[in-house]
Amino acid sequence: MKIHEYQARQLFRQYAIPVTDDVLCHTISEVENAARDFNRMVVIKAQVLVGGRGKAGGVKLAKNVEGAVEAAKKIFGMDIKGCTVEKILVADAVEIQKEYYVGLTIDRNTKSVLFMVSSEGGVEIEEVAKENPDAIYKIPIDADLGMTDFLARKIAFKLFTDMNLVKQAVDIFKKLYKQFIETDSSLLEINPLVITDGGKLMAIDGKINFDDNALYRQPAIEALNEPTEDEQKELAAKESGLTYIRLDGNIGCMVNGAGLAMASMDVIKHYGGNPANFLDIGGSSSPKKVIDAMNLLLSDKNVKVIMINIFGGITRCDDVARGLVSALDSMKIDIPIVIRLSGTNAEEGLKIIKEYNLPTVNSLSEAAQEAIRLVNQAN
Amino acid sequence: MSILVNKNTKLLVQGITGRDGSFHTSKMKEYGTNIVAGVSPGKGGQTVDGIPVFNTVEEAVQATGANTSIIFVPAPLAADAIMEAGDSGIELVICISEGVPTLDMVKATAYLKKKGVKLIGANCPGLITPDEALVGILPGNIFKKGNVGLMSRSGTLTYLMVSLLTQNGLGQSTCVGIGGDPVAGLYYQELLQMFQDDPETEAIVLIGEIGGDAEERAAQFIKEHVTKPVVAFIAGQSAPPGKRMGHAGAIISSGSGTAEEKIAAFEAVGVPVARLPIEIPLLIKKALKID
Repeated sequence: MKIHEYQARQLFRQYAIPVTDDVLCHTISEVENAARDFNRMVVIKAQVLVGGRGKAGGVKLAKNVEGAVEAAKKIFGMDIKGCTVEKILVADAVEIQKEYYVGLTIDRNTKSVLFMVSSEGGVEIEEVAKENPDAIYKIPIDADLGMTDFLARKIAFKLFTDMNLVKQAVDIFKKLYKQFIETDSSLLEINPLVITDGGKLMAIDGKINFDDNALYRQPAIEALNEPTEDEQKELAAKESGLTYIRLDGNIGCMVNGAGLAMASMDVIKHYGGNPANFLDIGGSSSPKKVIDAMNLLLSDKNVKVIMINIFGGITRCDDVARGLVSALDSMKIDIPIVIRLSGTNAEEGLKIIKEYNLPTVNSLSEAAQEAIRLVNQAN
Repeated sequence: MSILVNKNTKLLVQGITGRDGSFHTSKMKEYGTNIVAGVSPGKGGQTVDGIPVFNTVEEAVQATGANTSIIFVPAPLAADAIMEAGDSGIELVICISEGVPTLDMVKATAYLKKKGVKLIGANCPGLITPDEALVGILPGNIFKKGNVGLMSRSGTLTYLMVSLLTQNGLGQSTCVGIGGDPVAGLYYQELLQMFQDDPETEAIVLIGEIGGDAEERAAQFIKEHVTKPVVAFIAGQSAPPGKRMGHAGAIISSGSGTAEEKIAAFEAVGVPVARLPIEIPLLIKKALKID
């Protein structure tokens, strides 16, 4: 789960991490009032859940109230990588001496929390990682030890020599680690962390992602979720035990298992087709689940054909076939369906499908090719 | 020979009285796995399928000499169950539970490492040495004894690959599902080394997917340490960036973790990569010079 910058800033404040003042605005007049209250240079920032808003023109400096209003007019309603800007943050534009990057993530290889800092802050860290990897200092944190004083100091000295700054950094790093652990984060970045003209370290932008598996024990975090339209559909699917991700093709896919679902999309692509979605119906074969899955696929008007690929393991193919047939009986479907069943009791399953007068195919490749043929026919 | 599990495996089931635990206990027993004990706190003294149930893993190990444990408890309790097994003299822990918080796994993997205990999973289908031991939720009937070792981040995709191998007369030494989470136990490198050292394994299938750089690291490891033929498949060649494809670990973030990068890494070290699942048995036959 991702949150907006303004929400990340609120969390930083809860952990007493210094962050510039800001006001969240939904309208031009709110921006105008906020800028008037600041009565100095402010930065107008689009609040969207995608990266690259700066490059897209979603962040502008404003010297005065008029400038702020003008910037807000441009930014409200702006489309940034498919997200429409509905919220703007007006933040104090502090004078900056230098910018740094601070990030925490989970490292799959060391199986630990990884703390990262760089004196090349304010730019996209992925670019620094590619062009100048040595400019990023990374250290895995021992889960038993946590962020001790000496570790925080060791990291701080990679960035600063001035003891006043080192002390501030140690304090921030310890709080950040605490926040990361206590909120079950999967990525936590301050980019940039700046030295102000007054010699103070402050966060002026933040990005936080959370571990979806841990949301059950993070109700306050879950309440921050603002899912997009597509994500709302994905969440609703989750409630029915389905994992659904909408894509932009026209072949609706229904598969059991995430790896097989990905492989099925790959095979469609391999033969020149376009999957409309990723859909993992999981292990169970209940007719209800199949009906829910069908409805989900049909709710996407781009879908011209449905390809079903089931591998019977513990789930038996004849059970799945019965589920399918009773699902089809209860709903009206006017687009073609291609069905491939394999694994446990596949023959019995295929017999049921054939008795229902539905075409079946023998392999995943054949299923994909047939689905593509039917799409072309429909067009 | 084989790796990790065999006829000498004495299996303990944590969460044996739950719905999934009891169902798969009967399936594993039916396959011939030697299940010696179950654990379910508060249900000590009962039996499931004739298997004695204990309150703690320690009691179960003392009474039965169990050396391997499989975990079916709900995700919020899984890390604790893993650590209990690690604390009680178990040598190998397999965690099937799906949805375990990542930071719980960070803690549990660190503890097991300290104890010198091996872990597979979480969020995995388990493993099987055909005709000897099934420790997991894999459908036993699709496997056949032989000399191909297999490791995979996926479940049903693995079953598809295995059935393609079996249909082509290619049996398996051991098949291991390592799981789809970002932080997991044994991974490609450890398993590649085990298969390399196993006299029964003659060729290795590695089934990877998008997310992370474990496949790239595996490619490097193969170049340096593996002399047996390895063939690979990467799921998610058509996956969009920034979307989690079902598995918690299957996500292309900031342009890295793509299938293209992984395929290129394998091909650069001479590991052929199948573009379609059906090509896997053909690549194995070619590697083993079987017509």
